[in-house]
Amino acid sequence: MAFAAPFYLGFIFVFVLPILYAVQQSFFSVQSSGGLGLGGTDVVFAGLDNYARAFSDEGFWASMFRVAIFAIVQIPISLGLSLTAALLLDSLTSEVRASGFRTALLVPYMVPAIVASLIWVYLYSPRVGPFTAVGDIFGIDINLFSPSMLWVSIGNLIVWMVLGFNMLILYGSLRGIDRSVLEAARVDGAGALRIAWSIKIPAIRGSLVLTGLLSIIGMLQIFNEPLLFRAASPETVTKDFTPIMSIYFQAFASNNYNYAAALSVVLAAVLGVLSFGFYKLTNRKEAS
Amino acid sequence: MTIDYRVATATEAVVLGESDRPRSPRARKRGTREQTVALVGLTLFAIYSVAPIWWLIVNSTKDRRDLYNSNGLWFADFNLWKNLEALATYQDGVFFRWVLNTILYAGVGAAVCTLISIAVGYSLSKFNYRGRGIGLGIVVGSFLIPSTLITLPLFLLFSQIGMVDTMWAVLIPFFVSPFGAYLAKVYVDGSIPDELLEAARIDGAGEWRIFFTMVLPMMRTGAATVFILLFVANWNNFFLPLTMLRGSDKWTLAVGLYSWFVNRSDSVVDLTALTITGALISVIPLAIMMVAMQRYWKTGVTLGAIK
Repeated sequence: MAFAAPFYLGFIFVFVLPILYAVQQSFFSVQSSGGLGLGGTDVVFAGLDNYARAFSDEGFWASMFRVAIFAIVQIPISLGLSLTAALLLDSLTSEVRASGFRTALLVPYMVPAIVASLIWVYLYSPRVGPFTAVGDIFGIDINLFSPSMLWVSIGNLIVWMVLGFNMLILYGSLRGIDRSVLEAARVDGAGALRIAWSIKIPAIRGSLVLTGLLSIIGMLQIFNEPLLFRAASPETVTKDFTPIMSIYFQAFASNNYNYAAALSVVLAAVLGVLSFGFYKLTNRKEAS
Repeated sequence: MTIDYRVATATEAVVLGESDRPRSPRARKRGTREQTVALVGLTLFAIYSVAPIWWLIVNSTKDRRDLYNSNGLWFADFNLWKNLEALATYQDGVFFRWVLNTILYAGVGAAVCTLISIAVGYSLSKFNYRGRGIGLGIVVGSFLIPSTLITLPLFLLFSQIGMVDTMWAVLIPFFVSPFGAYLAKVYVDGSIPDELLEAARIDGAGEWRIFFTMVLPMMRTGAATVFILLFVANWNNFFLPLTMLRGSDKWTLAVGLYSWFVNRSDSVVDLTALTITGALISVIPLAIMMVAMQRYWKTGVTLGAIK
């Protein structure tokens, strides 16, 4: 059909061709032909060399591991807070108040991601931000860019950015629950906590899985936030702090485009397996 | 894999909690206590969400000295106009060039993408042809392709064909969105009756005429929803322009502010005050757009929720 043509032509151009080209490039490498790198460069077929290097690249896998650990800790906290906010909002009887709070909680969603990171990096910074001053009052030396505090700082930044958006998804499904069921439970003497735990949360499982999946995918791509943290604190945020940062610096700082392509393929494979596994896992639980 | 997408808007849900059913005094007392707990909790969440924006507003009114020496959460001397003037004149007003670029990338990208999405959504929803099922599978299956991961392959391809460092390198990837296509299909399913198309065909209207004079006008709500969600995503995109664009005259706000932040100490002027004021300005167009169109994106967000 003619109506579908623009989309699928575009899809081939910005999804299919780049992926195929990147896979092809990952099998080549650039070698300097002259001595001491003074001569020109040759692109030679390298077979699986880039992949062999990727699999033994400790920095890259360390970044993967670092982000995975962070995800395991951060995502449940972040989703738990969003769920709490959505449940509190859902329990309000006044529509006007609910709408006001919903708008306030969605303010961060209207802030571009890079601006959100900028604001928090300034808030964390010892020169401009308020936290260090507050720490001084209590005689605590707070360095929010130190290796031990770094993930707390980044984690809080991400919670701030996604709280409202996840809350909106969860709140949307909470409003879809049949109110007569909730009323019946209330008449039977169930309190708000009991209703939330036994009726509301099971009813919105699907949305929780969706927000969880989106969070995992978002987390493995994490780039903007650590890049800005690196600008503020290059000693603690290394070039291969996250997988995407490894790829970015391999490509644009070291000009290892072919190797960066191989790393992208590996990361895509890991992401695919993880998403699939997460989907299967959560679906199987539902079936049993 | 069956996914049931449903529209769940707050307006749809009827609040039955406030029915006339008589309640015991004890239950009513517990109800009031629960409301208080909810209000306190939500107030804390609201303060957390809004306070950093408050900090941004307060500090964009400060000059360099007050930025480092006064209380960060309250006003000192009011220097917002001076900061704006510095912003407008720094490097021949390159900042406002970035504002225009960002509006152009996000606006044109989202507009073209909305049209393409509605066309493909219409095709997938209302026509039967070979490959339609596969076509739909491709759309849904590509939801999960992370945009950040596709950027380096795009860069490699675009540098091969000489498109890197042109505006097209950012615009063209914005034109295609599987999510937009799927959302458009859902809206076509819901808002264009088959009988109407049949009637138009019997009256002898051509397919293009039907699409442009009937389908598009009937899809106004769907189009607005797809447009605003794409606009926000484009406005927020940082990695694509960072990768593709070299010359600062083509940059977006996000890339420009980032470069100021990174080079804050390299230049003669302290760029911190400029960056903070610039960050505040960069929030405004997006905020206006989102407040004006909140009806649309709020439905769109919940539409994606899997029940």
